[in-house]
Amino acid sequence: MKEFDHWDEQEHADLTEDEKQILDDLGLQGSTRRKFLKQVSAASLSLWAASTFSSTLLAHPMKETPTKPAFLQNEVAVSFSVNGETHQLNLDSRTSLLDALREHLGLTGSKKGCDHGQCGACTVMINGKRKLSCLTLAATCESHEVTTIEGLAKNGNMHPMQQAFLKHDGFQCGYCTPGQICSSVALLKEAEEGEASYVTEDFRKISSNLELSEEEIRERMSGNICRCGAYNNIVQAFREVHSGKEEMPSWEFATEEQMKKAKNA
Amino acid sequence: MRPFQYTKAETAQAALQAQATQTSYLGGGTNLVDLMKEDVARPERLIDVSSLQYDQVSSNENGGLSLGAMMSNAETANHVDIRKKYPLLSMAMLSAATPQIRNMATNGGNLLQRTRCPYFFETSMPCNKREPGSGCGARNGMNALHAIFGYSDSCIATHPSDMCVALAAIGAQVEVIGENGKSRKIDFSDFHRLPGDQPEKDTVLEAGELITAIHLDAPVFADNYYYLKIRERSSYAFALISVAAGFQLNGGTITKAGLAMGGVAHKPWKLREAEKFLKGKAPKLEHFEQAAEIEMAEAKPFKDNEYKVEMGKKAIVRALTQAYERTA
Repeated sequence: MKEFDHWDEQEHADLTEDEKQILDDLGLQGSTRRKFLKQVSAASLSLWAASTFSSTLLAHPMKETPTKPAFLQNEVAVSFSVNGETHQLNLDSRTSLLDALREHLGLTGSKKGCDHGQCGACTVMINGKRKLSCLTLAATCESHEVTTIEGLAKNGNMHPMQQAFLKHDGFQCGYCTPGQICSSVALLKEAEEGEASYVTEDFRKISSNLELSEEEIRERMSGNICRCGAYNNIVQAFREVHSGKEEMPSWEFATEEQMKKAKNA
Repeated sequence: MRPFQYTKAETAQAALQAQATQTSYLGGGTNLVDLMKEDVARPERLIDVSSLQYDQVSSNENGGLSLGAMMSNAETANHVDIRKKYPLLSMAMLSAATPQIRNMATNGGNLLQRTRCPYFFETSMPCNKREPGSGCGARNGMNALHAIFGYSDSCIATHPSDMCVALAAIGAQVEVIGENGKSRKIDFSDFHRLPGDQPEKDTVLEAGELITAIHLDAPVFADNYYYLKIRERSSYAFALISVAAGFQLNGGTITKAGLAMGGVAHKPWKLREAEKFLKGKAPKLEHFEQAAEIEMAEAKPFKDNEYKVEMGKKAIVRALTQAYERTA
């Protein structure tokens, strides 16, 4: 027993607040928790627990936002709505929307990748259109409606696109994921409205509810770079939500025969 | 980023009056804000013109359509009338950047985007376009992405836009208003400049002038069109070479051709000789090849971009063939 007590202490020292909260939310306490931690790897945890996670666990605002700096250059007052809530901010005119969201409103879901419009990690929706928050000056957002990854979940339930990304393992390090999901959600609407892309066969014919081929999905998601290369799974996740049909992950384990063949090759 | 004053203009008049030295108009910001972060652009004042009411597609006196300068590239490319009547323009615009950037970028801003020459972006390198008189790093440097037509001793950069290549092929006028509130129209082929000894000036716009509209000529090439964009990856990259090709057919003969190239000059490069040659000819491969030869004979490449001559020929032929196959 002594050994276990020691382990328990160590466990608490090693786990972050978030991890502890996740385990508490899953109802795992004491010896059950220890057994659980020994048995599962982090990777299988994410798949197994997908349905149990609530959105607040996956994206929640910081509890305390930084205070306003004492001195601002070229101060601008701007008021805009983020995820349905209106905010009034006084900012340095240079502040990007991304920095305003992350540093002033504590919404750290939107990620700063390249900060030059080349990676898409900062993608948010402004007045319903997906845009890059790193190249948007916050000052230009007066009266605009911004939706970030934090605003996609409703009443504690994840957006179907968030669920699909989890189910199909559409991320590895996850840094690009909020932007990928925002982009995917906006894309659903673009397809519904019949917006064409460079690879659309004949866009002189106007239609709505475009059915997107894999080539179309790839072209339309090309503004969101993922360096882990989770693209195949992202396409799969998008297809499931777009078609409304449940898809199983496209990979499967190699058969014994295939394994043998590979070993002998 | 250096400090700047920000003002939002509610009317064009207010925008024009607020003009002063070291002032830039801000549209979608996809290029300007990036250049400011890189310390390449250093405006002391920004006038946000993005909500001025130049945001519609409307009919014009040429029998064509006019594109509001503040409309986004995405809205323009996907506008029902543009897709139907000017599919070459839609196709070119949809090949550019990404959906996020097209949702932000404005039509006026697209015309004013700066070169992607790496020497222009890297402030530790000489660049006559960024800092007149400092020299050109590209001429004897890494010039694989540079011009093969119309360059000068002081600058060999290329114009990055896809939209502008299509506009050069179709024919358009740019309407601008100046400080006195008077408007003037500039033929599209005169709008962008060749570098000469003033490469810092991309266009013929005078200080303080604001683009309000792009007027398209009566619809042409609605059936035979293709925008071919050759790049290092199949999406989200600037063109090494692009070709906007369109022609009109009547009884098996080309009655009018519109051709322009991107990635080869300081401005969208109109292929006038090829256009002339194709008029009255049958749309056949050998004619396409001859047109390409004629046009590319004038190319003068550098050490790293010789490939652009052969690629240019092939691209012209390919774009014309694809344009022909559209209706076949």
